[in-house]
Amino acid sequence: MMLTAYLDGIGLIGPGLDSWLAARPILAGAAPYEARPIAVPAPQSLPPAERRRTGLAIKVALAVAQEAVATGKLDARQLAAVFASSGADNDNCDAICKALASEDRHISPTRFHNSVHNAPAGYWGIASGAMTPATVLCALDGSFGAGLLEALTQVAVEGWGTLLVTYDMPYPEPMHAKCPLPAAFGIALALSPKRSAQSLARIEVSLADAAPDVLAEPEIETLRRAIPSGRGLPLLQAVARGAGGRVVLDYLAPLRLAVVIEPCR
Amino acid sequence: MNSLWLSHFTAASCLGHGLEATLAALRAQKGGLAPCAFETVNDLATHIGEVAGLDQSPLPASLAEYECRNNRLAMLGLRQDGFSAAVGAAAARHGRRRVGVLLGTSTSGILQTEQAYRRLDPASGALPDDFNYRTTHNTYSVADFVRSAFNLEGPAVVVSTACSSSAKVFAAAARMIAAGLIDAAIVGGVDSLCLTTLYGFNSLELLAPEPCRPYDADRNGISIGEAAAFILLQRPADSLDADAVLLLGAGESSDAHHMSSPHPEGLGAHMAMAATLKAAGLQPADIDYINLHGTATPSNDAAEGRAVATLFGDQVPCSSTKGATGHTLGAAGGLEAIISALALRHGFLPGGVNTRRVDPGIPIQYLTANREGAPRRVLSNSFGFGGTNCSLVLGRAG
Repeated sequence: MMLTAYLDGIGLIGPGLDSWLAARPILAGAAPYEARPIAVPAPQSLPPAERRRTGLAIKVALAVAQEAVATGKLDARQLAAVFASSGADNDNCDAICKALASEDRHISPTRFHNSVHNAPAGYWGIASGAMTPATVLCALDGSFGAGLLEALTQVAVEGWGTLLVTYDMPYPEPMHAKCPLPAAFGIALALSPKRSAQSLARIEVSLADAAPDVLAEPEIETLRRAIPSGRGLPLLQAVARGAGGRVVLDYLAPLRLAVVIEPCR
Repeated sequence: MNSLWLSHFTAASCLGHGLEATLAALRAQKGGLAPCAFETVNDLATHIGEVAGLDQSPLPASLAEYECRNNRLAMLGLRQDGFSAAVGAAAARHGRRRVGVLLGTSTSGILQTEQAYRRLDPASGALPDDFNYRTTHNTYSVADFVRSAFNLEGPAVVVSTACSSSAKVFAAAARMIAAGLIDAAIVGGVDSLCLTTLYGFNSLELLAPEPCRPYDADRNGISIGEAAAFILLQRPADSLDADAVLLLGAGESSDAHHMSSPHPEGLGAHMAMAATLKAAGLQPADIDYINLHGTATPSNDAAEGRAVATLFGDQVPCSSTKGATGHTLGAAGGLEAIISALALRHGFLPGGVNTRRVDPGIPIQYLTANREGAPRRVLSNSFGFGGTNCSLVLGRAG
């Protein structure tokens, strides 16, 4: 079976990459990259009570998910969702571990339910109203590849439209020293089994051995290397350039993913 | 979906190590929950389902970097019931790149980090040098560990959707096999006791003081357990014994309702059960037993019971085995798939333990005693925080 899908929408957020629409000319090489701290909008689609409880990882995940759905002019309630991240709400994890190492081990209910790896998927369900299947994956540095494979099998085997949402956020110290993620980052891809007027490209994914592609801009390449969800950037660079071709993405070394991209417009 | 064969499986929980001990406990309706005296936890009045012997079972030297309770529990599971030999044979037959590893966990080795935070350097605040995030705490650790233990090179992933994690791996593995990416998959889950879940569920006021009582009118919360559950999933052999167990369907849905409470009408649960019946090409009347999610919280059992009653009426015998095993969270879907497989293979319906008076407000046929029978198809439910639902249908080959 060919693992193919139509890429209908993209979401992106990272340092100096404010959104897919803003970053597209930068990734295409038509505008300069300027590094600056990430700015993440609060998830307006959540009710205020839930919005107050969201940390950075959830905000990043929801921001890119929303951009992918919006750029693809899609109905989120019709899309299955695959979330993939090397960690979770890492500030929250640090706060829980600190409390559990202290005299008073009390942790709040919100801290606890935000500690699950699938918290962003839960908030996405509340925000979007989607009762479709949602899964949440981790393969540490291979998390983008693991998410892409799961999303492609959903599209190809089940015939679902699937929203892939990959995201990471840094740990505070002392965990940062053990897991030095430099910044929050997220990529979302809205994938469909059928071509539509919104389709940006047809992609075909297979397992591969070749060395992963790198980014033309050295500072963006640094993000690709340092952040698991950034491992998907070569795919976005190819789509931004609009020329099509084949890129290789990191997965579980030495296993990699080859993606053949055919632009739809 | 195309049926897949559970060619080998094994479980370790508070019921015992391996299938024989698990079956004997179920046959005797003997639970494994005991008052909580885990690690330094002496201030929680609750019962837990602890796996015996983990403190005395270090990992082999070649895998020492993965040393943590979760991976010790995984290693224990892999050593049981001929499972490792079966994986070795599958890798030899299909190739090391053609055997996937898809496991569920919610806790991973977080206990390692909880303990390391007590040993911060007093001057710098740094974590101790011996603490390894990648191989212990990280959510992927257990799949990486299993992949390394068998020297596999194929796709691998951890599904972490709280308490549906190790049910959803069946659906993901079935898709990978259908797509031709792999020929066999190690699926299941490993979840281990830790302070985050004990104090976390305590903060939600969801810990029962006594051994949990699923579907009891006076149920008052969960008992946390731990387990390793491993299944080798592959395409069915040309000829199967009558008691071979097959995965016939998997169905997934989301509640889109609340982070820690189920949809009050059980709508997401209903959708997951309907989806798995559809995937299996079956009707509700084709199901002979339902292994309920049945956590014993008031809201879970009410919502799930409502969904089961809507779809199945009171015609299908049901029970939750969490009164015996505790709620093994990220391992629950895998453990309960194995319990369902034992019911199919050995011809009995496990009655739920600890339940004294079945909730009269939930109109389902809840079993409080074992029933002899010959179930041919069993449905197993797993629902998680964040409203992630998964139902599986398993059946006998003949």
